[in-house]
Amino acid sequence: MTKSELIDAVASKTNVTKSRAELVVNCVFDSMTDALKDGDGIEIRGFGSFTVRQYKPYSGRNPRTGVPVHVASKRLPFFKVGKELKEMVNIVDDSDSNE
Amino acid sequence: MTKADIIERVYEKVGGFSKKEASEIVEAVFEVMKFSLKENKKIKISGFGNFVVRQKKERMGRNPQTGQPIVIEPRYVLSFKPSQVLKNALNSRPQ
Repeated sequence: MTKSELIDAVASKTNVTKSRAELVVNCVFDSMTDALKDGDGIEIRGFGSFTVRQYKPYSGRNPRTGVPVHVASKRLPFFKVGKELKEMVNIVDDSDSNE
Repeated sequence: MTKADIIERVYEKVGGFSKKEASEIVEAVFEVMKFSLKENKKIKISGFGNFVVRQKKERMGRNPQTGQPIVIEPRYVLSFKPSQVLKNALNSRPQ
């Protein structure tokens, strides 16, 4: 599912126009991006939480050439799946099994 | 930031919705995403990142308290891969 498919699905589920749904979907991800930029975590009940992790600088290697490279300290977003979604994703559909 | 904060921001920035409507639409966004992931369909949000359901094979693990070996059953897990745009956004200002 792409963002535009998400927008279409939200529009038909809520009876708003696609252009209104697009504004909302963009606003949701923009506000999440802004929170992470500020170093704030995000918690969406039933879905999951995002936190920002700080990584120290380290010296790595170009895996292809073996040349050592310096990797600067960086911040990366980290997603932890919520309990409800974790369980939803892991439901094994027996009709798909080949036993 | 919680879902309530996101709803508030949609209410303020997008405008034209009552708080109740803003709340319903934001809820719908996450519900639609959950449904897609439940069907093991990945979600690609350009500029933010991809949510992908991955199948993990059975492997041996250990009870960290007792040290006893245990079988970790095959399972499906959700992983998030942030987009380059999001990664750059987090590193654009001095830390």
